[in-house]
Amino acid sequence: MSETTAIPDLQVRAAERKAPRGKTFAEHPLVQLTVVRFLETLREPEALFWIFAFPILLAGGLGIAFRNRPAEVLKIATVTPEITQSLQKEKLLAVQQLDLPSAEEALRTGKVALLVVAGANGAIVYRYDDTNPEGRTARMLADRAVQQAAGRVDPVSTSDVLMREPGSRYIDFLIPGLLGMNLMGSAIWGMGFTVVDARRKKLLKRLIATPMPKQYFLLSYVLSRILMLVAEVGIVLGFGALIFHVPVRGSLLSLAVVCLLGSLTFSALGLLLASRAKTIEAASGLMNAVMLPMWIASGVFFSAQRFPDVVQPIIRALPLTAAIDALRANMLQGANLVQLMPQLAVLVSWLLICFVLALKLFRWR
Amino acid sequence: MSAVAPKPALRVTGLRKAYQDVVAVNGLDLEVRAGECFGLLGPNGAGKTTTVEICEGLTAPDSGEVELLGMHWKTDADQLRQRLGIQLQDTQLSEKLTVFETLRLFRSFFDQGPGAAEAIALVQLEEKKNSRVGNLSGGQKQRLALACALVGDPDFLFLDEPTTGLDPQARRQLWDLIEQFKSSGRTILLTTHYMDEAERLCERVAIMDNGKQIALGSPRELIASTCAEHMVAFSAGAKSNVLDVPALRQIEGVREVRSENGTVEMQVTELHLAVPALLAELSRQNIPLTELSTHSATLEDVFVSLTGRHLRDE
Repeated sequence: MSETTAIPDLQVRAAERKAPRGKTFAEHPLVQLTVVRFLETLREPEALFWIFAFPILLAGGLGIAFRNRPAEVLKIATVTPEITQSLQKEKLLAVQQLDLPSAEEALRTGKVALLVVAGANGAIVYRYDDTNPEGRTARMLADRAVQQAAGRVDPVSTSDVLMREPGSRYIDFLIPGLLGMNLMGSAIWGMGFTVVDARRKKLLKRLIATPMPKQYFLLSYVLSRILMLVAEVGIVLGFGALIFHVPVRGSLLSLAVVCLLGSLTFSALGLLLASRAKTIEAASGLMNAVMLPMWIASGVFFSAQRFPDVVQPIIRALPLTAAIDALRANMLQGANLVQLMPQLAVLVSWLLICFVLALKLFRWR
Repeated sequence: MSAVAPKPALRVTGLRKAYQDVVAVNGLDLEVRAGECFGLLGPNGAGKTTTVEICEGLTAPDSGEVELLGMHWKTDADQLRQRLGIQLQDTQLSEKLTVFETLRLFRSFFDQGPGAAEAIALVQLEEKKNSRVGNLSGGQKQRLALACALVGDPDFLFLDEPTTGLDPQARRQLWDLIEQFKSSGRTILLTTHYMDEAERLCERVAIMDNGKQIALGSPRELIASTCAEHMVAFSAGAKSNVLDVPALRQIEGVREVRSENGTVEMQVTELHLAVPALLAELSRQNIPLTELSTHSATLEDVFVSLTGRHLRDE
């Protein structure tokens, strides 16, 4: 076998290997994995819609549907100028002066809620349908205006304080709920889908066939998640503040801590759900089964306290309930991190349990 | 004979791996010399991929030893990974990334090797540098997979069915590339079920069947040792059931005769004597000849004569 002498020996080739030169920041595997992960998300238009456009559309739609309307102005009719004049001082009434037949016609067809006519000896007669709340309200408002115009003085002085300032409206309740829902959705989908897809395509197997440090793979997901998080939270909060003047009364740092912890917790949950699944269908069924109960029970759209007392301890222990409660307390009541300890403790527990389990169960192939 | 035999790049002894119901690898011994291109040839399910994945450190064997570049997976995994180039069967790289981004990522895992742009040039994908992986053809994707295996400047290259599913032109293009990498002392272990691929690229070939090695040698040695130089095939049409096969074996220069579905295949040493004799014998039996073909014996014929089956029966 003289031909083997012509073939360079292993040692010869090993000696030819150059000493590795140091890597620049951009050449570091963790940086490359994070960049790639981030690029993949940006190039997925569907994912961008669900992460950015969907919560805004939802907040906009619900904010408009459930907006607080100013008290309605009621239409009433009169037939004499004197009465018309005395009623015009009441701002919640719109007074029309008509001739009697048209006024009666307007009352009958519901165009006005009340008809005010002069009775005998300067008396006033109210004609209305007492089964119609508008009619009853209009009668009370009209009577007060008539009596005050005639010189009545109320024995007890009263005043009104209106509760319309930001912080107690439905939209104020909704925005932290949507923010929590978004944190959960984007972390679980973002983690679960991409990991299962890479496993299905045998890309995970290909990656562990390289010298890639395995922890970098996981870490790159966390880093790109944090990058996305800044944009995600910023857009929802910015939209709420700009369009609906939703307040952020707590410190922004505490809010950032809550968002970061929430996102990490849901990422760990997503990783756990994706640790074994080999098809997108299996993973997506699992993710929906976990997320749907939380969408309903954790108080995204309505208070979780509406559920019976028996199930309250379970609902309080859900990660989404903890995240949303903490977000609401921070944004609406200005709670600090110490006051949020119970919710943060729930999140940290979920984070640790899910992460440890995920690492134990995870399959690269 | 050289004074000191070079240390083998890969030595596999007594390898065994069973899954729930099948024994994929059943007591395999292999030795791949440094600098050679070694082929593992066999039908689907012969245990080629399992063998390769055990050698690549991706699958743990039930028993047996793997010594790769003088190292072992148990103790030197990190060092080994730096020196291997691996192409797996049907890996789908991320479709959203460009060719350049993909190679830049893979390059970042290795201490040394060509840059991403250099690796692209190695597999002649310069024009597709900024194309998304999802827009590449099958052949281009395989070339990218090859580039991913080369970015670490590997000493040992594993290629698992590199041309399966490609059209003939793309296959030939890939073969040209692989031939270039055979220089510079790089060792290659290639699995395939295409005998022409093994004949063209490999210095030595091990034929596997049912988890075992059934033949080993250079393609030429294997063809010479197991069967005759030429193959003659003919079809007797409707009369094949009355054909007297034993009479054919008596013809001078014929070594073996196999009859299957109306087609008869014969191993022949001296074509110029055997063919006229065959025609005379058929006319004596009064059997009309509908098809007749001859070709030089190939590894496929070696496999058939060893197992009685074709490589791609499935």
